[in-house]
Amino acid sequence: MDIIELNCHVGVGPVVTGIALVTDDNFSARYDLDRIAGIFSRPQHKLAGQSYVDRIMVFNTAKGGVASAWMLHEMKSRGIAPKAILFNSVNPILAQGAALADMAMCDRFADGDVTQLIHSGDQVTVNPDIGLVTISRA
Amino acid sequence: MKLNLEEQAMLNGELGEPRRWAIEHMMRVGRFFDAPDFVEVTQAHIMADTESLGEAGVEFLEQIAAHSHNERQVRIPMITDPRGIDFCHYKRLKQTDLMASLEQRAIDAFEAMGILMTNTCINYQTIMPPVRGEHLAFGDTGVVIYCNSVLGAYSNFEGGPSSLAAGLTGRAPRYGLHLDQNRRATRRFRVDWEPRSLSDWGALGGIIGARSGSYWEVPVIEGITTQPGSDEMKHMGAAMASFGSVPLFHMVGITPEAPTLETVCDPCNLPAEVIEAAELEAFFARYGGKGEKLDVVVFSAPQLSLLEMQSLAELLDGNKLHPQTSLLAVTSPVVAADARRMGLVERIEGSGALVLEGMCFYQSYAREMGVANGWKRLMTNSVKLANIIGGYGYEPTLSNMENCVASAIAGEIV
Repeated sequence: MDIIELNCHVGVGPVVTGIALVTDDNFSARYDLDRIAGIFSRPQHKLAGQSYVDRIMVFNTAKGGVASAWMLHEMKSRGIAPKAILFNSVNPILAQGAALADMAMCDRFADGDVTQLIHSGDQVTVNPDIGLVTISRA
Repeated sequence: MKLNLEEQAMLNGELGEPRRWAIEHMMRVGRFFDAPDFVEVTQAHIMADTESLGEAGVEFLEQIAAHSHNERQVRIPMITDPRGIDFCHYKRLKQTDLMASLEQRAIDAFEAMGILMTNTCINYQTIMPPVRGEHLAFGDTGVVIYCNSVLGAYSNFEGGPSSLAAGLTGRAPRYGLHLDQNRRATRRFRVDWEPRSLSDWGALGGIIGARSGSYWEVPVIEGITTQPGSDEMKHMGAAMASFGSVPLFHMVGITPEAPTLETVCDPCNLPAEVIEAAELEAFFARYGGKGEKLDVVVFSAPQLSLLEMQSLAELLDGNKLHPQTSLLAVTSPVVAADARRMGLVERIEGSGALVLEGMCFYQSYAREMGVANGWKRLMTNSVKLANIIGGYGYEPTLSNMENCVASAIAGEIV
């Protein structure tokens, strides 16, 4: 088992561990998801048809309007939500949404493009308080 | 973050639980974006449609509203973005009683907090336009980009929870566009052609937004000689924010922070990227549909100004919509009242169209409305709406207002 540590900016939310689902695509809670089924629903999205439930999601950046700030909270209240979301760079709306939902979120990785550094299927621990993401790779 | 005595008292819960939650929420966001402290804000504007709030969000608002009067009241003037329901017309739109009931609960909670139900995304045209240098906590990306760019105010995109926190505390974390150093241009676009219609202005915004592609980019535009008005800037800004998450642009000689190019950037170190006229054509061409049956025309996102309502009335005068095509004109309660008094609503609705007030099409359970009414092919002059609505299962066509009306009369895209 390889252990890889990635430093990022201090984020929000609790320490969580889960399995990564990674894309170099972007993310909008409003337009990309079927939030009832817990899957990516927009046909053009690179993760279309895949479940995001309990995953450590990794995207390039955030898209979409201010409504997303409520949606992470709504998704988490029903237990159909990711465990954490990591970005290369996030906009204020998603960060505000993660703060309300108490969902782990980090961005600005020191070692480069996080969508390349983490692979789908990796076990990942996110520690937003100190800006540290730990990958356990078989 | 550095807190003053009052902010520390809020954090200690001495001013009640709502303000304790609010300051703690903003500290989390401020820490994320390296805010050194808070900045006092003078107005807040909240986006909280019930489709995005859900049951959990409404319960969250009700919990705050359940506190004592003094603890739950907002401290600064605070207004609302469009709601998801026009109570006069929701049954005709085939929205459900459950949606209306959730909406009413949210309204009751807002009113208990002292929030004014303006229900508008054109508050900068109709309610209280900010002045240059005013720090704000505004929601709705179209509102924020307009107020930052056209009026020279200072606001980040504030999602509903953060707007509410700002309303309860009178503060916002000092990061992003509250800081002058983040308002300098980072991208420079040269346009050697003139936008003619509101949809042209929107398309230009969409092109620049897509090329910029980040909240942290600030485009400056040069080369346009046509004088834009408020509606032109409204459509361009809303589209730019929608396509690129961009919260601020400058237009040389037009917007207040850019009297010259040199004021907002060092032109020697920021080469111009040319936007060709052919890009405008290509932008419209991506939204096809010519000759297809048309289900619904929507004028919304942003809500129509009084002048747009007048233009629409003139185009519809003496005409009837095709029986298989609906036309929705969405505006603010203030504009609707004026338009009704001036006879514009009667003229628009005389064609079979419907004027809706205080809502916005895409924040109003658009997917469910589409399914219930059998709407698939949607036509609009709003670049923002055309960009968004595909995600709700519609097939959008983009054109100017004249073509949209002509198509609604013909029942197919002309």
